[in-house]
Amino acid sequence: MLKRTALFEEHQKLNGRLIDFGGWELPVQYSGLMDEHVACRTAAGLFDVSHMGEVHVEGPDAEAFLNYLVTNNVAKIAVGQAQYSAMCNEHGGIVDDLVIYRRANDRFLVVVNASNTDKDFAHMQRVASGFGKPAGAFTLTNESAHYTQIAIQGPKAAEILQSLTDTPLAPIKTYWFAEGKVLGSIPAILARTGYTGEDGFEVYIPWEKGPEVWRALYQKGQPLGLRPCGLGARDTLRLEMKYPLYGNELSDETNPLEAGLGWVTKLDKGDFVGKAPIVRAKEAGLRRKLVGFRLVDRGIARHGYPVFTADGQTRIGEVTSGTQSPMLKTSIGVAYLTAEHAAEGTKFTVDIRGAKVLAEVVPTPFYKK
Amino acid sequence: MARFPADLKYTKDHEWARIAGNQVTVGITDHAQSALGDVVYVELPAVGRSIKKGETFGVVESIKAVSDLYSPVTGKVIEVNTALPDDPGTINRAPHTDAWIIKVEVTDPASLNDLLDAAAYESFVATQK
Repeated sequence: MLKRTALFEEHQKLNGRLIDFGGWELPVQYSGLMDEHVACRTAAGLFDVSHMGEVHVEGPDAEAFLNYLVTNNVAKIAVGQAQYSAMCNEHGGIVDDLVIYRRANDRFLVVVNASNTDKDFAHMQRVASGFGKPAGAFTLTNESAHYTQIAIQGPKAAEILQSLTDTPLAPIKTYWFAEGKVLGSIPAILARTGYTGEDGFEVYIPWEKGPEVWRALYQKGQPLGLRPCGLGARDTLRLEMKYPLYGNELSDETNPLEAGLGWVTKLDKGDFVGKAPIVRAKEAGLRRKLVGFRLVDRGIARHGYPVFTADGQTRIGEVTSGTQSPMLKTSIGVAYLTAEHAAEGTKFTVDIRGAKVLAEVVPTPFYKK
Repeated sequence: MARFPADLKYTKDHEWARIAGNQVTVGITDHAQSALGDVVYVELPAVGRSIKKGETFGVVESIKAVSDLYSPVTGKVIEVNTALPDDPGTINRAPHTDAWIIKVEVTDPASLNDLLDAAAYESFVATQK
């Protein structure tokens, strides 16, 4: 039995095409991927992301625990601020990427990937149990079932969301949030975060309030060009920005430095889970690197396709994600390449159903305003 | 207008065939294009290639999916729609007309026998839900 979000019936009403996404029955598209993608870039997109996991970490030692759990420096987060981070295992492999919201000095909301929620929570509990301080002066609770999370993204997102709340949205900077009310009385976390490269918000509300908030956003936004967006557009939007996706670019076997997450891996902050192997890997020199590429010839390079040198003779890596970019109208992708072949401008080939198709390492994000 | 034109024959792989003497024009159905979504890539066979009924002769890709093309008949490819690789979206806009994919000269007339008519194909599609 697939899990459903509180918005399941809304997706049905909007003719969403429902698929099994990591055990969740969610829409892959409504009106069409291309249409939804362009709407998000030019007006607004509305996404049900309630399948994401939410974990509360609270107590006097919550910050110290999180700082030991994740790669980024949690001490740098102010109340009302959010931070992107990664959580590693003892071997330095990535358990998940996540966003931490500091709601008070001793209260954090940690948002993790849907399909990893159970694995992540078990990992957090395991780390917590070995954290040293007996019983630990913090609590860890999996609140995923109690949240509806709606993302509204795009140049019109703030205007549309503002019509539902008295909380002024303009002062909220990117990767900050406010706690307020929507539709008069519904408590909400209004976070200027997202996964599309557009300005926009992720709105956290009680699970059962999802449908009325979704409908209100849709009704306000639709005349302004807002479209409900499925998982298909969510994937192409993130890929145009080269945002990593767990399971594609990130896994238990990849370390955050080779995955391009060096900017959220603070090796100077004190110890954290996985730090020693990450430092060793850095000192030894990274063997592979995650790069963006475009196909010079026609085709689409998809997850798992093997990558070879330009002459097609030597295997040098693997594609992690690829698509036709709806905005650029070119074929783009992300791949792990051996470090010596990862420089911008390097030509290589992708094996697409037996044909070696020419590609080139290019700067990212692919899409720029 | 009926979704599936009555003058075409169909397969359970969601190809259509327009039969004119021993020449057959082949494309994918409106149901197939709708299931695929926005088509962004088409791979055509070489003219002159012999293909058997049920054999893969090309590929269409949408952003989310790769789909093989299966020949509805046995014969030789005599023409391919060279406009498609430059404008794959034709397959979404006009699947049964402008977006024909190949023309085949039939070498085994018996391979035409079990193709579905429009009504039978429509019933088949209804069971695929």
